[in-house]
Amino acid sequence: MIAPVNKIIDHSVVDGPGNRTAVFFQGCPFRCQYCHNPETMALCTHCGACVSACPAGALSLREGKVHWEEALCVGCDSCLRACPHLSSPKVKEMTVEEILLRIQQNRPFIRGITCSGGECTLYAGFMAELFAKTKAMGLTNLIDSNGILDFSQADALLEHADGVMLDIKCFDRAGHIRLTGKDNDLVLQNAAYLARRGLLPEVRTVIIPGVLPNEETVALVSRLLAPYQANGPIRYKLIAFRPMGVREEFRSFPVPSRAEMESLATLAREQGMADVAIV
Amino acid sequence: MDQLQQKQEEILGILRDPTLTHEQTVMTLAKAAENLLATPGAPEEYYKLKEAGIICDLFEGNAPYSPRYILPDYEKFFREGSQFLRLAPPTTLLEAITNLLILYHHVPSVTHFPVYIGRIDRLLEPFIEDEASAKPLIKHFLMQIDRTVTDSFCHGDIGPEATRAGRIILECERELQDSTPNLTLLYDPQITPDDFALQCVEAALDCAKPSFANHRMFLSEFGEDYGIASCYNGLPVGGGAYTLTRLVLGKLAETAASREDFFQRALPHAVDVMCRFMDAKIKFLVEETPIFSANFLVKEGLIRRERFNGLFGMVGMNECVNTLMALEGKPDRFGHSEAADALGVEIMEAIDALVKAHKNPYCEFWNGSFILHAQVGIAQDQGISPGTRIAIGEEIPLYDHLRQAGLFHKYFPSGTGDIFPFDATSARNPAAVLDVIKGAFQVGIRYFSTYSSDSDVIRITGYLVKKSDIEKLEQNQQVVNDTVFLGMGAKHNGHILDRKVRSL
Repeated sequence: MIAPVNKIIDHSVVDGPGNRTAVFFQGCPFRCQYCHNPETMALCTHCGACVSACPAGALSLREGKVHWEEALCVGCDSCLRACPHLSSPKVKEMTVEEILLRIQQNRPFIRGITCSGGECTLYAGFMAELFAKTKAMGLTNLIDSNGILDFSQADALLEHADGVMLDIKCFDRAGHIRLTGKDNDLVLQNAAYLARRGLLPEVRTVIIPGVLPNEETVALVSRLLAPYQANGPIRYKLIAFRPMGVREEFRSFPVPSRAEMESLATLAREQGMADVAIV
Repeated sequence: MDQLQQKQEEILGILRDPTLTHEQTVMTLAKAAENLLATPGAPEEYYKLKEAGIICDLFEGNAPYSPRYILPDYEKFFREGSQFLRLAPPTTLLEAITNLLILYHHVPSVTHFPVYIGRIDRLLEPFIEDEASAKPLIKHFLMQIDRTVTDSFCHGDIGPEATRAGRIILECERELQDSTPNLTLLYDPQITPDDFALQCVEAALDCAKPSFANHRMFLSEFGEDYGIASCYNGLPVGGGAYTLTRLVLGKLAETAASREDFFQRALPHAVDVMCRFMDAKIKFLVEETPIFSANFLVKEGLIRRERFNGLFGMVGMNECVNTLMALEGKPDRFGHSEAADALGVEIMEAIDALVKAHKNPYCEFWNGSFILHAQVGIAQDQGISPGTRIAIGEEIPLYDHLRQAGLFHKYFPSGTGDIFPFDATSARNPAAVLDVIKGAFQVGIRYFSTYSSDSDVIRITGYLVKKSDIEKLEQNQQVVNDTVFLGMGAKHNGHILDRKVRSL
């Protein structure tokens, strides 16, 4: 099996508990305005627009395909800025075995892996195969998802998964469509399903004052999930919007103050969430 | 100027130095007096190699009158008290702390301060009735050590078990933000509970201590009665080290005509001369001074001569390997090529065999041989990397770095270690740092130190110094801790503030 991988971070402290290797898959059906890595959204169309933007000569067009010479790359990301398709020429088609080899090298220093993206559940079958192998190595497996896969129909994936860290970007359906281009019916359904099964260690909401109905989302998400905490702990992570990496047209969204974040955290606690974190 | 006049100038210089505290003046004068003597019986060739910067006596003084490192048996002291000091075994926490502080005052060493203050959590734990009343006493105990043991080469150990005393010590250290005492967790992931280990990581990222010693590795070499003293030196409790001299491998390699010449001539010669120099020092200390016959620590059985050993130190593996590679016209650099690392291991094997082959009559504890020690460098070092560490500025990715260092740590029972500062993001996830430490032990790491890049207390090479103290000294103000002088030198010559900060 093969899947497009944007990058692998050998040691990550922000993608779940402890030290983990994070695998970022390429491609996402959402088009969130505030996305801070929009270059993971689409697959490369091999249009070649990035080739001339590369100052290091690491990119070329060969037989109609963009070729990335990793050894020459200086990591300046000029190609990402030049890409008109929200993609990256640096994506690699990788096999499960290739990813496992990388994880094997990290083995004694990590407690698990996290699949992220893009939207990693686009490659649910691939991940299921990867998870079976990493589980056998004694590692834990976490999924970082926007909730577009119907997890109630994904037993093969969940069999070896230790949990899903789920984004709930907006509770209001119309607001969710405005922000992401897609509705949130499945997202909310997944939240309840995973919480009931004790497989929801973390939910996240990005806060943008004046742009999103933050209070409503935080209150309703908390109310939805609080009853399930008996089945497994759920951390509600409230993430302050930051402009880094965000596309030009959305970069001027306001950043919430510490006080605004604190008051939303209080709201979540009032609605029954035991573990609320601000980042 | 004749020699006497020269010495008089030196003495006057010490007396006039405005940056020395009174205590520092007295100690510097003592060293100057000792150095009027020559080391009795030192081999002729030693002076040539010393002049060439190949062997370095670490300013120990020419005529040692105390072992370099002493690790008193504090547990015996608690069981039996001390006749000489007129102290009965303690029955309360206050008595325990007072007895320790009194004994510390009387433990000699190369720095004239105690380099080992014991497994302080174990010592204090039996006297803790409740944490609320214990904490202020323990906090003042630690503060007293910092302000009176005014030298950072002073080390206490905690663990591997979690104790109330251990937890209180960590809390106090975080509140105090002091450089002394240095602290090590004797860490065994099978024994030490994760929550206590995590508390240690949090403290380390806050105040640069404790470090993490691979307890199982030390146990297999020393047995149960060992301690970590001074920087990171594993040594037998109830004993210690007579002396530590170091071989500067980088400088030695510069004298070799070829790789073969290094292994066949330069290295065996230098090891032989250094061993005989150490023999001479140890002979003087044991046979000419009264320390092992008259000192109360010996008379009361708190130390025994048979548990002392000589430490054969070495630095500059990084530069040695690079120089030998260049001799063969190869661009391979230490830490960056398998061939270079393999050469490093080959050098270690050669040193290990040569040092083991040399016998000293007063080193019964280690089968008559000196113990290898990866020396962390001195303030004057330029272009000499500590022990077998990869040079600052040439660090490699974290996991690779740990595996590379793990190739070398097994050779140094009496101490080696690597330092991995972490950034603020990682400091927010101490569990991740603990995962890395557990992995490090699995790839052969003996001793792991960390601090957060924005801490005031930082690890210079093996010892701790407050960055704010270095700044004071740079403005010619006196500081209470003499190790700040070394820290300032290491900052300017060793570029320790440029160490690669790890982000996880």
